[in-house]
Amino acid sequence: MRITQGTFSFLPDLTDAEIALQIEYALKNGWAVAVEHTDEPHPRNVYWEMWGMPMFDLKDAAGAMMEVDACRKVFPGHYIKVNAFDSTQGWESTRLSFIVNRPAAEPGFRVVRQEGPGRAIRYTVESYAVDRPEGSRY
Amino acid sequence: MTDLTAFPGTIDLAALFRETKIHEVLDELERELVGLAPVKARIRDIAALLLVDRGRRLVGLPAEPPSLHMCFTGNPGTGKTTVALRMAEILHRLGYVRKGHLVAVTRDDLVGQYIGHTAPKTREVLKKAMGGVLFIDEAYYLYRPENERDYGQEAIEILLQVMENQRDDLVVILAGYKDRMNTFFQSNPGMASRIAHHIDFPDYSADELYAIAQLMLAKMGYRLAPDAEAVLREYITLRIPQPHFANARSIRNALDRARLRQASRLFAGMDRPVGRDDLSTIAAADIRQSRVFNS
Repeated sequence: MRITQGTFSFLPDLTDAEIALQIEYALKNGWAVAVEHTDEPHPRNVYWEMWGMPMFDLKDAAGAMMEVDACRKVFPGHYIKVNAFDSTQGWESTRLSFIVNRPAAEPGFRVVRQEGPGRAIRYTVESYAVDRPEGSRY
Repeated sequence: MTDLTAFPGTIDLAALFRETKIHEVLDELERELVGLAPVKARIRDIAALLLVDRGRRLVGLPAEPPSLHMCFTGNPGTGKTTVALRMAEILHRLGYVRKGHLVAVTRDDLVGQYIGHTAPKTREVLKKAMGGVLFIDEAYYLYRPENERDYGQEAIEILLQVMENQRDDLVVILAGYKDRMNTFFQSNPGMASRIAHHIDFPDYSADELYAIAQLMLAKMGYRLAPDAEAVLREYITLRIPQPHFANARSIRNALDRARLRQASRLFAGMDRPVGRDDLSTIAAADIRQSRVFNS
């Protein structure tokens, strides 16, 4: 199951040229670009690992693409996303966030049922990928 | 293979030349930089190459972006840093670099203090320079053969890798004194072979230094009194053979000292009102007081 998340979730995966253009747009607006990655596909997982510091004072998308490529090289099977932070308000808020890398095979989710008191049933989803420990999932 | 006969017509290089406004860049260079004939010639060559490449692309011929990494060598004060600053703008206007900003660094900005610090530091600088020009002043300090555990070598390797793989993303300019730069290249053949343009900055002649002095004064909003002109020329001829002569930098220092003397002269004669002329004129005496004339 193809996981989607963030700004362009309804589009097919962006090509490198398109990613560079989006980063260019973020830099033009003065936003700091950051790269994050994770191998925990649950939609509620907000704790992605940072790949280095957010990149302030970049002038050109090539710099951020260098980090994206470096992260892909180390974690080819992880979800990698690019975030753009707007710090002009004095606090940082994400203006743009999209996935730039995904594992080759995404096994999808199963429904887990839990018997509650009485006849109540609680439902949750769990990725088949998380059966294995962190780092060896994809 | 590209069909080389596909484009029947001819390209009007002159029209292309006007359209890209390259002549404005070259004229400006001619106006604002005194002397430096080999440097200007090389910039003109590069401009011509980029123009012809554009023409080649128009007719469908392959036009591989040329490698424009440069090395500026020359004595102190010959304008290496000034030209590097201009180079970013020139290459941007010629359409070679995308953003045209200049990131000027020295060894301290690239090499870390502890093991493992150098690579992130160098990459950080490279990322900032992408789309523009990275200027490494006194680049030979990167390599310290006397200390085999020096981290400079690590920075050099990362630089080389990016210089080779991301040629169209940034231009690297190394600068330094000629003899030390040569030693640096001898110990780092990889660096020497990746730099296509070695430009040597010649020393200025006395006439060129005088012209530079006039430009500097005009920029600072001063002018020479008529009798001071000959004195400044004499000063320059006397100063050149003296030790620690640093071309244009020595001239700027001399002018700064002349301004100091002019200020104290005006200060001493405070009892009478001073006009615009008095405030902006360097008198012969202001230069004549220099110790260059006493020795």
